[in-house]
Amino acid sequence: MSKTAIISANDVDVFYGEKQALNKINLDIPENKVTSLIGPSGCGKSTFLRSINRMNDLVDICRVEGSITIKGQDIYAPEVDVVALRAKVGMVFQKPNPFPKSIYENVAYGPKIHGLAKSKTDMDEIVEWSLIKAGLWKEVKDRLDQPGTGLSGGQQQRLCIARTIAVKPQVVLMDEPCSALDPIATAIIEELIDELRSNFTIVIVTHSMQQAARVSQRTAFFHLGELVESGPTKSIFTSPEDERTQNYIMGRIG
Amino acid sequence: MATSDSATIDLVHSQRKKGFELFVMGVLILCSLVAVAVTVGIVLSLLFEAFRFFERIPLTDFLFGTKWSPQTALRADQVAAEGAFGAVPLITGTLLISFIAMCVATPLGLLSAIYLSEYASKRSRNLIKPALEILAGIPTVVYGFFAALTVAPLLRAGGESVGLSVSSESALAAGLVMGMMIIPLISSLSDDVINAVPQAMRDASLGMGATHSETIRKVVLPSAIPGIAGSLLLAASRAIGETMIVVMAAGLAANLTANPLEAVTTITAQIVALLTGDQEFDSAKTLSAFALGLVLFVTTLVLNVVALRIVRKYQEQYD
Repeated sequence: MSKTAIISANDVDVFYGEKQALNKINLDIPENKVTSLIGPSGCGKSTFLRSINRMNDLVDICRVEGSITIKGQDIYAPEVDVVALRAKVGMVFQKPNPFPKSIYENVAYGPKIHGLAKSKTDMDEIVEWSLIKAGLWKEVKDRLDQPGTGLSGGQQQRLCIARTIAVKPQVVLMDEPCSALDPIATAIIEELIDELRSNFTIVIVTHSMQQAARVSQRTAFFHLGELVESGPTKSIFTSPEDERTQNYIMGRIG
Repeated sequence: MATSDSATIDLVHSQRKKGFELFVMGVLILCSLVAVAVTVGIVLSLLFEAFRFFERIPLTDFLFGTKWSPQTALRADQVAAEGAFGAVPLITGTLLISFIAMCVATPLGLLSAIYLSEYASKRSRNLIKPALEILAGIPTVVYGFFAALTVAPLLRAGGESVGLSVSSESALAAGLVMGMMIIPLISSLSDDVINAVPQAMRDASLGMGATHSETIRKVVLPSAIPGIAGSLLLAASRAIGETMIVVMAAGLAANLTANPLEAVTTITAQIVALLTGDQEFDSAKTLSAFALGLVLFVTTLVLNVVALRIVRKYQEQYD
């Protein structure tokens, strides 16, 4: 519908076996903006997020109907290679999950797999660029050979962000990236998300409405598998059209 | 009921309970002490008898001698009553067979563990895992005659058809069958450690566009390596200590050879040979069994301790 939409979901239904988790979702996600998905637990927001890079494929009983397009291409079309898709649509998970490898190796993992670096110097540049972008470079530049698991929780999550953006995706999906972090680490990541949107389109699932209000330009509210309402963050929070949205924002459901 | 009455009754009651608790604890301690006492007893008797053996045969002759023929010392009044007690051919024989067994079991066990934990659907997993566990439940004597009566003649016939002379009791036959026996040990332990690698690791790798096999090769296996190494060590220790298969299939000829087609003997097979039948209890021949037992005990103990430590350390990493 809008010219700037990079991702569009059209009548997306998701089933886990017999159970329907998402019902006719229609949502446009604009490029180089932060879109937050909010809603009570079990509302389907994470399911929707995981449909965008087909992480749902890993669940045997999961079935997706309808279409999700990225730059006009249907990602569930039979000729689409999930490997190529996930290189374009990266993901940051709820709990920081660095590999038990060095900081350098963590960031270099993706570029190595996709053959993005022609030489060691290339790789060094990618690693440095990614760590700078993730706001971690200054803290780790002297200990790139140390294990990523030795960093603090907040640093680990920024390492995971660096690892994700190292393959230069167009979209970065974040599934409650701060829920395991303390307020200070959270604030650093929120600031980072705001900076990252100049390079990437970001979709973030969050339980914190303050976070959604702080970091995102667009907000979509999910409830019981339905997309209740979506629009500019400001209007969702100040003048929601649907009563359910208002109730959730006021803390009455969820 | 008066308050004071019930207080008195309760007091007596709890005293009786306390006595019972002490009794239970005593029984439990006693039971666990039996196991400890038996272990200590076995170790002491091994040490004591082995010491008596080393009074007659120097330790260096035993550990570094290359000739093993205890059968020459049949009677104490014989002229050459000492026999030869060089354990090297037994140790190399044991290692050769165990090596063959590990060559068979490591790839098969490890690859089936990877299949089971990463690729198998729930249905095939439910079918294959119990099948592997049945393999672990077969009595070793059955493996023994399978090796001696089926595999060894097959190897012999196969060898002859390509012009190789294969001894009817070959290290290869015993090693192959022993390998089959320890496959479930490796596969089930490795399956456990591979499953213990957090799903988050796989998600991270897959989410970045790595393929399934790249994820296994570059993330899952490196994370599971210590645990896998532990399972291999446990399997090796099992192979070294295995008796029945080698008694039946490997033979008693103490050949110092690295050729798997020849007959070799192992420490365990020799212990059986030394102690079966009527024996004079204080001859060097009989006592040498204890020295061999000690060697075996120390080797497998060290392997087990190292293996368990590795496995445990690995498990703690993700808890």
